[in-house]
Amino acid sequence: MSAVLELTDVTRVHGEGPAAVQALRAVSFRAHAGELVAVMGPSGSGKSTLLTLAGGLDRPTDGRVVVEGVELGALGNDERARMRRTSIGYVFQGFNLIPALTAAENVALSRELDGVAARTARAEARRVLEEVGIGDLADRFPDDMSGGQQQRVAIARAVVGERRLILADEPTGALDTETGEEILRLLRARCDAGAAGVLVTHEARHAAWADRVVFLRDGRVVDETGAESVDLLTEPAAR
Amino acid sequence: MSVKHALLALLEQEPMYGYQLRAEFEQRTGTTWPLNVGQVYTTLTRLERDGLALAESEDAEGHVIYRITDAGRVEVATWFTTPVARTQPPRDELAIKLALAVTVPGVDVGTVIQQQRSATMHALQDYTRLKRRATGSEPAELAWSLVLDSLVFAAEAEIRWLDHCESRLRRAAIERAAPTSAPTSTPTSAPAAANERSHR
Ligand SMILES: Nc1ncnc2c1ncn2[C@@H]1O[C@H](COP(=O)(O)OP(=O)(O)O)[C@@H](O)[C@H]1O
Ligand SMILES: [Mg+2]
Repeated sequence: MSAVLELTDVTRVHGEGPAAVQALRAVSFRAHAGELVAVMGPSGSGKSTLLTLAGGLDRPTDGRVVVEGVELGALGNDERARMRRTSIGYVFQGFNLIPALTAAENVALSRELDGVAARTARAEARRVLEEVGIGDLADRFPDDMSGGQQQRVAIARAVVGERRLILADEPTGALDTETGEEILRLLRARCDAGAAGVLVTHEARHAAWADRVVFLRDGRVVDETGAESVDLLTEPAAR
Repeated sequence: MSVKHALLALLEQEPMYGYQLRAEFEQRTGTTWPLNVGQVYTTLTRLERDGLALAESEDAEGHVIYRITDAGRVEVATWFTTPVARTQPPRDELAIKLALAVTVPGVDVGTVIQQQRSATMHALQDYTRLKRRATGSEPAELAWSLVLDSLVFAAEAEIRWLDHCESRLRRAAIERAAPTSAPTSTPTSAPAAANERSHR
């Protein structure tokens, strides 16, 4: 299995002097193709910091972040931005959709910025919206959609263009239990189709959708739960 | 668990024999709470003794078929309309274990918590894997999926409680180390919170 994301001894210090906060301390972390990894931990433990570093939205104070074999720290700003548009999909807790654009336009935007012809990008966007179950809402504006629908658009935007690394920061935060579960199903399906996914959550119920769960405390990995099945239960026999 | 009521409720659907009852029970609950056939027959005998069911006839293969009585129907209706009693919480081995780990010298409570959390997380992953496949809307499949939800919520609550224990223990350790700087009347302002400014 090849690692799509690889963090090696990553440290991130915010601020300086006595006010400095060690958000991450020498964390090493990998996510492989086809794998969904959950990152759990109390608020302030460094989960979002880890994700923004993995997504090239922030730079480590120390250590290496490698995505698909490319060290993000070695890239200039433009190259990094390009990497963010082509290889990395980011799902934010607050959806972060552009209110003036329709669902399809929101999804197509990064592709268009990346030089894909508008027609092609829109067609692609519609296909992915279909895939996440809201093909019929492609021409709606975010304000006219429910939270769950907006989050589906955000997921479509994160996966469009066959991106190989999907990063999601509390993507179910504001959603009710059932809607949250549908979002996890989508993330899971994307990873089953070959992407590597990192899901930040403080809810164990959501982390359980992952193959592996990494626990963060005060910027350190304190525990890791693997994927082997304990076979506690079996399904009911078919009739 | 009330095997008696579960079997009666199944008999209300249609008359059945022992193996059938067990199969129907498992169809709805998986093997979460396995019933052995001996237990099913003992219960049926008791139901008959109490006038709640009747051993009616034998089918071609010689299975004894049980049918619910009117008194049995009343019993089932009462069961469904009476909340499950919560006056006596079931003995919780984990809570007892932690309570002892905290007080017995030489036990590393942190490790106890971490190991339990991993184990419970494993179980939660298993339930979730089963849930991923249970997507049908047929009553029996829905029943099984709701049972899984119940296990999921319980495991989740356990993990949250373990997290909670862990942070309370850490705070208590810090307070014990620096008793003057952390008045016990305001435990939430303990120094442990300093590095945990919420930043979402
Ligand atoms: N830009 C920033 N400036 C200063 N401190 C920050 C910044 N971002 C995060 N932190 C601090 O770093 C630590 C980890 O934060 P974060 O990664 O957001 O945690 P989490 O997502 O687990 O809640 C916290 O103590 C937080 O206050
Ligand atoms: Mg966060």
